[in-house]
Amino acid sequence: MKAAVITFPGSNCDRDLAVAFEAAGAEVVRVWHKDTDLPAGVDVVGVPGGFSFGDYLRCGAIAARSPIAGAMIRHAERGGYVLGICNGFQVLTETGLLPGALMRNAGLKFICRPVELSVATADSAFTAGWAVGDVVRFPIAHHDGNYTADPDTLARLRAEDRVAFTYLENPNGSMADIAGVLSDNRRVLGLMPHPERAVDPAQGGTDGMGMFRSLLGAMALV
Amino acid sequence: MTEPVITPELIAAHGLKPDEYQRILDIIGREPTFTELGIFSAMWNEHCSYKSSKKWLRTLPTTGPQVICGPGENAGVVDIGDGQAVIFKMESHNHPSYIEPYQGAATGVGGILRDVFTMGARPIAAMNALSFGEPKHPKTAHIVKGVVEGIGGYGNAFGVPTVGGEVRFHRAYNGNCLVNAFAAGLADADKIFYSAASGVGMPVVYLGAKTGRDGVGGATMASAEFDDTIEEKRPTVQVGDPFTEKRLLEACLELMASDSVISIQDMGAAGLTCSAVEMGDKGDLGIKLQLDAVPQREANMTAYEMMLSESQERMLMVLKPEKEAEARAIFQKWDLDFAIVGETIPEDRFLILHGNEVKADLPLKALSGNAPEYDRPWIETPPAAPMAEVPEIDAIDGLKALIGSPSYAHKAWVWEQYDSQVMADTVRAPGLGAGVVRVHGTPKALAFTSDVTPRYVKANPFEGGKQAVAEAYRNLTAVGATPLATTDNMNFGNPEKPEIMGQFVGAIKGIGAAVAALDMPIVSGNVSLYNETDGVAILPTPTIGAVGLLNTLDEMIAGQPEEGDVALVIGETMGHLGQSALLAELLGREDGDAPHVDLEAERRHGDFLRANRKHVTAATDLSDGGLALAAFKMAEGAGLGLTLTVTGTANLFGEDQARYLVACHPDQTKALQAAAEAAGVPLAQVGQFGGDWVTLGTASAPLVELSRLYRAAFATAIV
Repeated sequence: MKAAVITFPGSNCDRDLAVAFEAAGAEVVRVWHKDTDLPAGVDVVGVPGGFSFGDYLRCGAIAARSPIAGAMIRHAERGGYVLGICNGFQVLTETGLLPGALMRNAGLKFICRPVELSVATADSAFTAGWAVGDVVRFPIAHHDGNYTADPDTLARLRAEDRVAFTYLENPNGSMADIAGVLSDNRRVLGLMPHPERAVDPAQGGTDGMGMFRSLLGAMALV
Repeated sequence: MTEPVITPELIAAHGLKPDEYQRILDIIGREPTFTELGIFSAMWNEHCSYKSSKKWLRTLPTTGPQVICGPGENAGVVDIGDGQAVIFKMESHNHPSYIEPYQGAATGVGGILRDVFTMGARPIAAMNALSFGEPKHPKTAHIVKGVVEGIGGYGNAFGVPTVGGEVRFHRAYNGNCLVNAFAAGLADADKIFYSAASGVGMPVVYLGAKTGRDGVGGATMASAEFDDTIEEKRPTVQVGDPFTEKRLLEACLELMASDSVISIQDMGAAGLTCSAVEMGDKGDLGIKLQLDAVPQREANMTAYEMMLSESQERMLMVLKPEKEAEARAIFQKWDLDFAIVGETIPEDRFLILHGNEVKADLPLKALSGNAPEYDRPWIETPPAAPMAEVPEIDAIDGLKALIGSPSYAHKAWVWEQYDSQVMADTVRAPGLGAGVVRVHGTPKALAFTSDVTPRYVKANPFEGGKQAVAEAYRNLTAVGATPLATTDNMNFGNPEKPEIMGQFVGAIKGIGAAVAALDMPIVSGNVSLYNETDGVAILPTPTIGAVGLLNTLDEMIAGQPEEGDVALVIGETMGHLGQSALLAELLGREDGDAPHVDLEAERRHGDFLRANRKHVTAATDLSDGGLALAAFKMAEGAGLGLTLTVTGTANLFGEDQARYLVACHPDQTKALQAAAEAAGVPLAQVGQFGGDWVTLGTASAPLVELSRLYRAAFATAIV
């Protein structure tokens, strides 16, 4: 599997995501926001956490209009995989690759702590390693993770089984406890919690590795 | 543009005393220009010149085989083996944080991060030691919320994990909060960048954000006492932009890797003035600046404003001329300003040109070298009066008074607003004593702690200074780390008062004795004086930031106690209650002497714990609140109850030093006891972890009830 990890100015989990992909056995290339194309042979694009463009205007809004975002959208339209974590999730909703938006946390404060998530679908390359209802523990660290969507969108996400993860204890006011959602072709995942911060026992847990391994397994089958 | 006429009022407004002004006249042989007056004021204020403290700071032990670079540079540099170094410093941003809490704290974090990456290090950990006024004071909640949000807002966006710190409340900080920010970074030991310029005719390059009018005169403001006109000083607080700082970090590290940099200095207090003088002074060179080339955010800025602006996220560099194109390209890539604003010159001269005019023409060395230095009169703090009798109390009442107080309550409200995990190397997050961060890509890890007990320092500056270092030593030891070195952030009142100066001198002597005995030399630091409002001083608060090394994560004492683990105390319990947290929180008393610190015992007990870590499941140092509070926190963190068989207020809540609480699996207890006997280290079995009740001697309460109080008290107190 070849993974491309994007660096926007203000990204600060780009290295962490690259390390996690590599630990799972992927080949990683780093790409710059001003790049207009992805390197050849990229299977999955990783959109990392951080504060792209300082979160100015709206979280993820400026990054979603950067040259590399265009390349990422074309990649997704070709059926390529995209994983957006935290600010990456915000970027994906801003590009329209994922529905909904991330608003300010209900408590109005930044929150950093490990949270428990329920795997809401196993029907994706990202979550195939788990069964529905499995509980995983990833850290969250965000100020704007309060997922919202209009009622029709929410109904469609549910009907199409596109909610990937839900919070066991909702930390940020997200609608229907949603922590992550999939695109309609199930190949784009955005989530607020950080699986790349749970890939090594020294970090306090390895649940995140399940996602990277699952993705790698799916690629091996292609 | 015409500059104002120099009047005695103008001189006084610049914080210069008449004799200091006379010294300026003597040095330059004429009346200074307005810009020159500003430059002298910026260089000679207490904040930049350390004029009251220098004499005493020189007495601190600053060397050792592990020290690569001690005080005097942007941050201290310490060897951690394998050709790597940790670079760290702690610095205060007290006055700005009181005036404008969010921006004051945010730019404090920004400043200390720049100090670290100016030296070529990527920041890997941050801490913050915060002292606030009493919770019910009308300003406190506002300041706490703003400061915590500001620290998070800057550090989280920049992308450095905040892994530790302290938060205390005391009425002495009602008019003057303390925000002490620590940062540590990692670099290869042979790729450290220093501030001394070299070579004549080398381009002086301005990097980073544009210069605005924010922060003009900030360093001078930070060197004065407060009164009720402080609101007027809000414009002297800078505004931070972590997004620019993050780009500046990445651009600087790329630049440094390109072998373009002769010397580099961040623009902190007194901005362009201080950074340019520092590079020239250290390199025995003069500096010529052409201010028209300075990237400016606002129109019609004067030379005075540009020289004194404290706009954030800026650096000054002396560049290898042949590397200009390469260096410029790196800054263009990151969309940052890059401007050649001057050059190094052979003579001892600080020459500032703006338009076609000479705005300042001063001997450069005199600005730092000839800065005033005072041997301020001081009087030794008199011995504390004997402590009044302490009644026997119900131990659960005592515990509740502590855990229900915001100073000792669970601090998740604070640290959950900080990203403690970014960079994905955090091994021990805040809340469990020292924070531990892996050295990326190696088996090593670094431990970080910050400590001081201001009540002790007030009662007995010498013992209080020792204790701050000893507690830091213990916190590092309790996670299994070997203490390496120390940074000190000395927060005191007005040094022109002999009793305040006496506190400073006593604390320095105590710190010096302790860092020598515990082999953790001072490698960097910062002094913040004049922390007074309307003549009332803060508690003397010499914050100690310390760093320890774990050669592998196997050395870490990571765990929490398990059900059935035995509780043991390393070190001798004598029941010292003077100046204890219990007295202050339960009885509203701050009397008696501070506990005395036996530095030999500290060292012996620390070595013992490190040597016997294999027998221990969990460890913590004993400090504020004594055994009762430490044992409760350790048990509660693991979701366990606790039974202490110890009785008596003094034994449960006494704050004797050189002690640790450890949890041992029952089958390890004998081995630990045998080792203690062999080493001549006192070791006492004091109880057991487990169950869902907390029993302290003869008093008991359900864990769930205490836990609820402990976890809610902070938020309740500052709403």
